Amino acid sequence: MSLDKDTVREIARLARLRVPEEDLDGLAGELSRILDWVEQLDEVDTDGIDPMSSVAEVTLPARDDAVNDGADPERVLANAPDRVDDYYAVPKVVEQ
Amino acid sequence: MSDLTDLTLTEAADGLARGDFSSLDLTEAFLAAMEARRDLNAFITETPDIARDRARASDARRAEGATRGRLDGLPYAAKDLYCTEAVPTTAGSHILDGFVPTYESTVTANLRDAGMVMLGKANLDEFAMGSSNVTSHHGPVRNPWGPRNGKDLVPGGSSGGSAAAVAARLAPAAIGTDTGGSIRQPAAFCGIVGLKPTYGRCSRWGIVAFASSLDQAGPMTRTVADAALLLGGMASHDPRDSTSVPVPVPDYIAALAGGARGLRVGIPGDYAVDGMPSEIKALWEAGAGWLGEAGAEIVDVALPHTRYALPTYYIIAPAEASSNLARYDGVRFGLRVPGDSLETMYENTRGAGFGAEVRRRVLIGTYALSSGYYDAYYLKAQRVRARIAEDFRRAFETVDLLLTPTAPSAAFAIGDKEDDPIAMYLNDVFTVPTSLAGLPGISVPAGLSGDGLPLGLHLIGKPFDESTLLRAAGVLERTADFRASASV
Repeated sequence: MSLDKDTVREIARLARLRVPEEDLDGLAGELSRILDWVEQLDEVDTDGIDPMSSVAEVTLPARDDAVNDGADPERVLANAPDRVDDYYAVPKVVEQ
Repeated sequence: MSDLTDLTLTEAADGLARGDFSSLDLTEAFLAAMEARRDLNAFITETPDIARDRARASDARRAEGATRGRLDGLPYAAKDLYCTEAVPTTAGSHILDGFVPTYESTVTANLRDAGMVMLGKANLDEFAMGSSNVTSHHGPVRNPWGPRNGKDLVPGGSSGGSAAAVAARLAPAAIGTDTGGSIRQPAAFCGIVGLKPTYGRCSRWGIVAFASSLDQAGPMTRTVADAALLLGGMASHDPRDSTSVPVPVPDYIAALAGGARGLRVGIPGDYAVDGMPSEIKALWEAGAGWLGEAGAEIVDVALPHTRYALPTYYIIAPAEASSNLARYDGVRFGLRVPGDSLETMYENTRGAGFGAEVRRRVLIGTYALSSGYYDAYYLKAQRVRARIAEDFRRAFETVDLLLTPTAPSAAFAIGDKEDDPIAMYLNDVFTVPTSLAGLPGISVPAGLSGDGLPLGLHLIGKPFDESTLLRAAGVLERTADFRASASV
């Protein structure tokens, strides 16, 4: 799989990651080499094999449906770059 | 009292119990050593005030006969991937600038509650992505075994600061994390012991996530007995981590008694990769010989999908990373780089906040999970992962342990392999398969390369059988009788 510059630009947009225009060619080469290397997985017969998402053979435990934490806005907001009262303040999301 | 830094964790525990010295004496000795070797760049944040407070509190408990156990008063270093309350936690990244957690990870809380003394937060590859500690925003760590031929050496990664700190006697022990080899490979490069427990043995809660189906916490120490001691303090079932498995934590120290007699140890010929250096192969054969002489039965086993483990890992880990790292958007914590819209703020923040290796992996992961490529890359990799895990399950029907080398080389120079991502990824060729299968693995320093640098042997165990792993690692340690140390 060979990725071109436009594809890398689009992946970067999907990842919300600004990549300087001058880095796109280099990245296209690096990512293409990694994907070429990964394509050896096609040699493995995986017909009828279920995808493995976790090695932990535990069923997700359910806890009591009761509040066990919270009501601590100072700790929650301690790292907020910006706040108004007990809310995160973020750049405007909705266009006027 | 500088000789206090030569003590192993176990010897230090014995000394505290006998009253030979106080926790504060011990702590001061290591704080002084840290200060003297800042050139190694092993720590991102030193925490001398916390260390002295905890040491004094430990000494007060001991004076009252209220000590909390063997770990009480022992200093250690924490990889800066563990969130620590009121202490900056960087994950080696620029994007977490200014982040000071208001909570404590379960593992560091377990150690704090056991009375341990945190010396500082150790350097690491950015978000634990790397095998040489050169991707840290806070700069590379120097391996205390270097320099060689005028060049500084990498300590391995991603837990490179933790490994260098223990090897240079800046801490009697450290905790690391391992996603594809990040405890075991730096342990091998620095001539110390590194144990990745079974996935689910230690809680991941409060550890900055890299690849959630692979990440696991573990001890990095000078001896196998120290690893057993520290793992006992780290491990617990934690309701806050749904993959933390509710099984009892055995007495790992007691497990060290006994030798290799009666154990069946498998040698997976599939690990004999093309171009394996002869000194690595020779050490591997020597290790099998040592275990055999100690009474273990050595058998050949097949793990036919071994060669597919690295490419599988380099889809699964970046895919999980790209999802986990989506949270770093400049909104709620860490770095924020403004933009003229929310979208541009996200892009600016992440573009400025992530380094080159993290960017590469986020892009690979995003691509592998994107519409049209998800089946071909991500699901395919998950299916191959199932076959790799099945190989191990079959092998463990006939053997108790597997023996392999830890890494395909000794430590290399800082700057080497940086322009070739795949060459860098090959560092983890022997450790990644274990990670994909969730199995415990330990690296034990077992010999020296032609250049006089440490080499490790790697034992792999059955799920949740760290006890047998430690027992056999103890046999390797005694037989190898590895006494060389970094030039400190």
